Amino acid sequence: MIDAIFTYEFLQNAFGAGLIIGVIAPLLGVFIVVRRLSLIADALSHVTLAGIAGSLYLSQSVAVLSALNPLFLGIAASVGGSVLIERLRTLYKHYEELAIPIILSAGIGFGAIFISLAQGFSNDLFGYLFGSVSAVSREDLLIVVAIAIVVLAFIVIFFKELFVLSFDDEYAKASGLPAKWIHFMFMIVTALVIAGSMRIVGILLVSSLMTIPVAAAMRVSKSFKQTIALSIIFGEASVIAGLISAFYFDLAPGGTIVVTSILLLLLVLIYKKIAVSVKRGAIA
Amino acid sequence: MDAPLIEIKDISFEYEETKALENISMKVEKGDFLAILGPNGSGKSTLLKIMLGLIKPTKGSIKLFGVDSKNFKHREWIGYVSQKSNSFNSGFPATVEEVVAGGLAKKAGLFRRLPRTVDEDVLEALKSVGMEAFLHRGISELSGGQQQRVFIARALVAKPKMLILDEPTVGIDHQNVQAFYDMLAALNREKNITLVMVTHDVDTVTDRISHVACLNQTIHFHGFKEQFQTLSDEERASWYGHSVRKIHHVGGAH
Repeated sequence: MIDAIFTYEFLQNAFGAGLIIGVIAPLLGVFIVVRRLSLIADALSHVTLAGIAGSLYLSQSVAVLSALNPLFLGIAASVGGSVLIERLRTLYKHYEELAIPIILSAGIGFGAIFISLAQGFSNDLFGYLFGSVSAVSREDLLIVVAIAIVVLAFIVIFFKELFVLSFDDEYAKASGLPAKWIHFMFMIVTALVIAGSMRIVGILLVSSLMTIPVAAAMRVSKSFKQTIALSIIFGEASVIAGLISAFYFDLAPGGTIVVTSILLLLLVLIYKKIAVSVKRGAIA
Repeated sequence: MDAPLIEIKDISFEYEETKALENISMKVEKGDFLAILGPNGSGKSTLLKIMLGLIKPTKGSIKLFGVDSKNFKHREWIGYVSQKSNSFNSGFPATVEEVVAGGLAKKAGLFRRLPRTVDEDVLEALKSVGMEAFLHRGISELSGGQQQRVFIARALVAKPKMLILDEPTVGIDHQNVQAFYDMLAALNREKNITLVMVTHDVDTVTDRISHVACLNQTIHFHGFKEQFQTLSDEERASWYGHSVRKIHHVGGAH
């Protein structure tokens, strides 16, 4: 496997992008989960689908755009979707969750139209829906690197504000933190991570890499920083095991990565159950 | 003489065409321990939110530490403790230490790390609420009363000049409420922290406070607790909407 990675550029791209996503998706995912925004990640991934499908359609029908990387329009759609979700959440103050089905169905709706308009990119589309080991280009990898730099800088710079905002947003506002702006930037960064992760995990499964490792970490961690560290470890383990099995068994990496993360979650849940019973037994 | 810490002038607030507050004027001076009393829906929490700058009044003005609230830059001087049940994200995977350190975020400033003294600051704040032994415990493992003490430590860690508390005893069992108010009174007395607190515990709190404001859309009474105690049951009932138990002191006030 190691030899193959050194030999083939597509494997270098896939593993490079996968390893980076294995860090940034669970890292941002911790904040998404504790802020109860998991479904927003799903809505944004479907909006990204519309952008990708639109780009694939445009590249077929407009000659100048034939070389355009679909990720760019995917990123634009995802960021636009995050802004729209925020607008809708303000508009429906008492029914904030309404923004999610509206944007999610809009994403699928536009996606379906573009897919039907353009014929013959079913292979590409399959890769975008469920991830692909072979389709990650050097340009895709560079985009993922750029997104990772933005995400890491954002988290490092605003870590303390994000922590306070996640724990208690009313307190964050009352203490004078620029909660609104930080939340807005957070949504944009989330959109970027979703668009960036999609090449490896696929649109339909991208939100799972942001939530399942976090769900496992939360069961065993004792502090917020430990939750972040464990989420990244679980995320990275899922990506590595998922990519290797996808390569050897010729499967969609989105599926293998997510199934690995589910297995890890199950192991953690079993471990926790045993640990609790042992502790109870010791006390009794 | 120092400017009042809070100076409210002729404030009104309407929410979806319903009057929540009408022509409120009041001052909170340095060292006061003010309890804002009133029935449900009387606008108590709205008034606190206006004081904190979370919502803007429909009319009127508010000064904080002598400065118009719009231009007030030192939010870290005001610590806030909200109703636990409303605000705190239960099940959050964080330690008491991390939660309390979060109280330094505003004081440290954007683009800056927490101060090097963060460990000592957190421990000192926890000591002042008697929670230092819980430093490494998970916040969601604690009881309601313990959590509320941690939230006070979070407000205290930035060394505020004033604490604003919104029904801080909600979710705390009756036995611990007395000890909780004793702790607040000690903060007021020993650390000279001005306290503004919305509460329903009329009978429990009166021994510890210095001032009372009675609110029901407008201010019906604002003065020393001794004056408040001379009000008749009928007077209180007239603005409270129902009878309020008169407080009988044993051993006199503090």
